[in-house]
Amino acid sequence: MQTFLGIDYPTMWFLVVGALFSGYAILDGFDLGAGAWHLFLKDDRSRRIALNAVGPVWDGNEVWLVIGGGALFAGFPEAYATLFSAMYIPFILFLGFLIFRAVSIEFRGKEPMKWWRNTWDVCYSVSSAMLALLLGVVLGNVLMGMSMDTNFIYTGHWLEFLNPYSLLVGLLSLSLFMVHGAIYLTMKTEGRLFEKIARLLRRSIIVFVVLFVIVTVVSIFFYPHLTDRFLNKPVLFIVPALAFLSIANVPRLASMGKYLQSFIFSALSISFMLIIVAIELYPVVLLNSAGMDASMSIYDAASSEKALGIMLTITAIGFPLVIAYTIFVYRAFWGKVQLDETSY
Amino acid sequence: MEVEILSRLQFAFTIAFHYIYPPLSIGLGLLMVIMEGMYLRTGNKEYETMARFWTRIFALTFAIGVATGIVMEFEFGTNWAKYSRYVGDVFGSALAAEGIFAFALESGFLGVLLFGWNKVKPKVHFIATIGVFIGSVFSAVWIVVANSWQQTPAGYHIVGEGMQARAEITDFWAMVFNPSSVDRLLHVWIGAFLAGAFLVMSVHAFYLLRDRYLKLSQRTLKIALVVATVAALLQFATGHQSADGVAENQPAKLAAFEGHFEESAPGDLYLIGWVDKEAQKVVGIKLPGGLSFLVDWNFTTPLPGLNAFPEDERPTAINTIFQFYHIMVAIGLLLIAITLYGTIQWWRGKIFYQRWYLWVLVFSVFLPQVSNQFGWYAAEMGRQPWVVWGHLKTADALSESVSAGNVIFSLIFFTLVYLLLFVLFIYLLNKKIKKGPYDESDIDDRLRLKDIAVQFDSTKSKS
Ligand code: HDD
Ligand code: HEM
Ligand code: HEM
Repeated sequence: MQTFLGIDYPTMWFLVVGALFSGYAILDGFDLGAGAWHLFLKDDRSRRIALNAVGPVWDGNEVWLVIGGGALFAGFPEAYATLFSAMYIPFILFLGFLIFRAVSIEFRGKEPMKWWRNTWDVCYSVSSAMLALLLGVVLGNVLMGMSMDTNFIYTGHWLEFLNPYSLLVGLLSLSLFMVHGAIYLTMKTEGRLFEKIARLLRRSIIVFVVLFVIVTVVSIFFYPHLTDRFLNKPVLFIVPALAFLSIANVPRLASMGKYLQSFIFSALSISFMLIIVAIELYPVVLLNSAGMDASMSIYDAASSEKALGIMLTITAIGFPLVIAYTIFVYRAFWGKVQLDETSY
Repeated sequence: MEVEILSRLQFAFTIAFHYIYPPLSIGLGLLMVIMEGMYLRTGNKEYETMARFWTRIFALTFAIGVATGIVMEFEFGTNWAKYSRYVGDVFGSALAAEGIFAFALESGFLGVLLFGWNKVKPKVHFIATIGVFIGSVFSAVWIVVANSWQQTPAGYHIVGEGMQARAEITDFWAMVFNPSSVDRLLHVWIGAFLAGAFLVMSVHAFYLLRDRYLKLSQRTLKIALVVATVAALLQFATGHQSADGVAENQPAKLAAFEGHFEESAPGDLYLIGWVDKEAQKVVGIKLPGGLSFLVDWNFTTPLPGLNAFPEDERPTAINTIFQFYHIMVAIGLLLIAITLYGTIQWWRGKIFYQRWYLWVLVFSVFLPQVSNQFGWYAAEMGRQPWVVWGHLKTADALSESVSAGNVIFSLIFFTLVYLLLFVLFIYLLNKKIKKGPYDESDIDDRLRLKDIAVQFDSTKSKS
């Protein structure tokens, strides 16, 4: 089997897909979170500032989803096909909310009427929140496992995705993104609006921590396959420990007014939580709830070595470019939001 | 069967809707690069006004293009799971390259293009405009490569058998440069330039007819006319190239384009016609042997007709394919006539005094759109019953676990959402056009007064 930096290709690609999804969760996470707060801001000016805080960057953030989806398709077509067709309804809803969100951002400022703006505000905020929730729901289902036959074809009912555990994970991801989004907004606002968001941030951290504890406890007691890996190899407990530490740092730094650092730690918390998921799964991509031994491993799902080799090359060339544009854009819009005639 | 029809309908509807916007974004991108380039070269503010105006319209087409594009990427997995398993190894790398090389470039610079006018230097802004344009041009590369691979597969081998069979890549560059990708890519790009240039001409011709923004509109119209004329002429050439390729690689499709049934006979070329599938005849105006001439420079070369292929390996909707194809070609010829006429009148200095011609320009904005749509319909329906030419039938490409009920739900859902989007798009486009190039703010002034009032209130209540 061919290797790259001493790691076999399917594992390497598992890391790439994982990195893309955490990049997505960190970047789109803050703008989805900011969107979920939108209706908590009351006057038009505050809403415009909040909207323009994400205005120039949300589309670039969403591209991480497009690339992540493409990477899953290209590297693990079997997993992409099974997951997307099994989760048909949640993904269709997800797409619908993505559309509504994109166009509400674009349309909101185009008319002065109150009803027009309120309609798009509701659309924007509800779809942002629903996207954050649905991402968690899909993740919850992946963690629980889905029933598949020997050809990895989904055998469950299409409504199975709506189960208590997945909804709980959905709420967790919503609250996490809202914390993350609120910290982002504190960096982008000033004055009374800033104070209001800082207040909301403090409350939402509490909600998030409570949900985090509940999900952890439920996972340990009801889904022991998720914790096996850690019990067998206690060194791995370092990762959850780091996750706890970085989560604890978020409110600490925020209360000291160090919002940039706090934002970095909330981003780190998101990646540590996804690393935990990756450790729980690897080398499986899709758990089979009909029999854990018949789960789909990365080796079952992977494209040929030739294809993976090509894509690793593409990634090695393209990734630095993506990082470069990202830095370019964030630098151009650094600092507090100033409204001008090109704003939404 | 039912799931097949529904999924095809959904895919056709969502991609056709998506494809209204990318050609506009790509075409307007080119014009914006030209306008802003002229501004930097001449320092004339008018070019800047023009570039800013079209950037605002571009923002609208781009937003809807992005929103509807993500649907396409996910649909491969949701509705065409077997297809995804079958082609993922080959096709996935094109899609992944698209994301990394094209979309990231495009949307990365988009923020600066739209909101950076007052924040970055003009040169940096120009770089962003070029970045977005190149990104959109590249995104067409990868998606057209992927689609062309389905039409004319190359650089792969098949592993496994029956249910487990799937294509694996053997040669990346052979996959990228498969027999039809270059021809089709050029054809798609130029189709997009036509779509953008005709939109610009339409809007500025309308201003001229209404005596608004005269100098600016004359100038803009000329830029767009140059692009449109060159593109219309080139489109004829690339279309011919494509037809040549189809003759070689997908003879059953070519036979459907021209309603050619006989197993082996010289093929006719129709200007217009109507196909009677039962009688295997076409009624219309034709150039006998014309198709053979196009393919082989010889009016009597026999070409394989539809009957030369097994019943289950030929497209079924012959008349529909025939009509889509012929309308595209007819429009292609019409566009050449319209743009050449305009260029001649410009040269004679009369273009802006012929009101009827300006009205023609106002309405011809629909022509490239229709051609772009019908061209795809002909190319894709002519590919049937294959989804991967010669290897995988459309009927075998569906998701196993998705029920008809689910697809009915999503189809209705997308139809409603897209109808709403379309109405809003037209409404906002119309509004921006009415406001014109000199109206910078989309935001009403009253709002600013209100904002001040809100702040005033809050300071009052504090004291
Ligand atoms: C000729 C060009 C062309 C064609 C045939 C297609 N697209 Fe497209 N697509 C574009 C050209 C484009 C574009 C110009 O790059 C976008 C960006 C803005 C726009 O209006 O369209 C776009 C946006 C866009 C996006 C959003 C990218 C972002 O977030 O920036 C996705 C995921 C797709 N498309 C995917 C697809 C898929 C899966 C297609 C086929 C089934 C497809 N497109 C056909
Ligand atoms: C934007 C331009 C495109 C248009 C307008 C278009 C149009 C269509 C239409 C009308 C159909 C339905 C055909 C039928 O049911 O008879 C179809 C099917 C399909 N097309 Fe395309 N298409 C486009 C681009 C693509 C691309 C770029 C790909 C792949 C890379 C693709 C892959 C497919 C697939 C998988 C199907 C479903 C199977 C089938 O019905 O053939 N299409 N498309
Ligand atoms: C002028 C005469 C034209 C000819 C002879 C021509 C020829 C063709 C042919 C043969 C195809 C099918 C290619 C394939 O299936 O592989 C095609 C497809 C297409 N045409 Fe045209 N075309 C013409 C004009 C136009 C114009 C004016 C437009 C748009 C403005 C256009 C847009 C398209 C598109 C979008 C497709 C589908 C993509 C593709 O398959 O390349 N065509 N054309």
